[in-house]
Amino acid sequence: MSRKPYLREVPKFRWFFRHPRYLRYMAREVTCIFIGAYTVLVLVGIMRVAEGPAAYAAFLQALQTPASIAFHVLVLGFSAYHSITWFNLTPRALPIQIGERFVPDGVIAGAHYAAWLVLTLAVLILAGAF
Amino acid sequence: MAISSKPIVWGPFAAGGTITAFVTPVLVLLTLLAALGVVPDALTYDGVRAFLGHWLGKALMFGVIALSLWSSAHRLRITCYDLGVRKDVFVATVVYIAAVAGAVATLIVLARI
Repeated sequence: MSRKPYLREVPKFRWFFRHPRYLRYMAREVTCIFIGAYTVLVLVGIMRVAEGPAAYAAFLQALQTPASIAFHVLVLGFSAYHSITWFNLTPRALPIQIGERFVPDGVIAGAHYAAWLVLTLAVLILAGAF
Repeated sequence: MAISSKPIVWGPFAAGGTITAFVTPVLVLLTLLAALGVVPDALTYDGVRAFLGHWLGKALMFGVIALSLWSSAHRLRITCYDLGVRKDVFVATVVYIAAVAGAVATLIVLARI
């Protein structure tokens, strides 16, 4: 690195409003806050199960508050956005070459979407959600 | 050649990103149903115990939680940098330790079920 690297002044929070592409980037990056928080919620649920039926019943009761429902809806939106951005990037991360040709982007991303749909339906059915 | 720690950080991030992309939305759907008062069979006390009573259920749950926490931690670190927090070593230490602590807590609690 040079001794005096050029550092351009950038506003801390406003820069990603300057261009829709930056905003989409930031929306993708903040999905981690929602997914991380939700993972902690799952961990707490498992802790309550380990503590016994009464503790878990109280946990289920706490899930049914309006704040919890709003949180779930938010997490659902952001986690689905993470999935979509992730699968759309799979052709860049996992290019598959057969002979001279590369498998088209749409096929690789499409295969991931199909697997996602099948897995989601399978989990919902196995979990007795229907 | 300098030894890079990037693969160690990035490997679990990529794995966790893939796991959360496939699994998190449907998990949220299940707990959302429970939040709406329609508790799916798998989320009743007996259902969760049955799933986590098997070593495979424990292994799946541990993998999902540990990798989700790690990938979230890594992305949070990058996001902090993007938002102008330039103490990257400090941020990285905090978020990675939090992720590992969460994974260890998961191991301990799963062992008790």
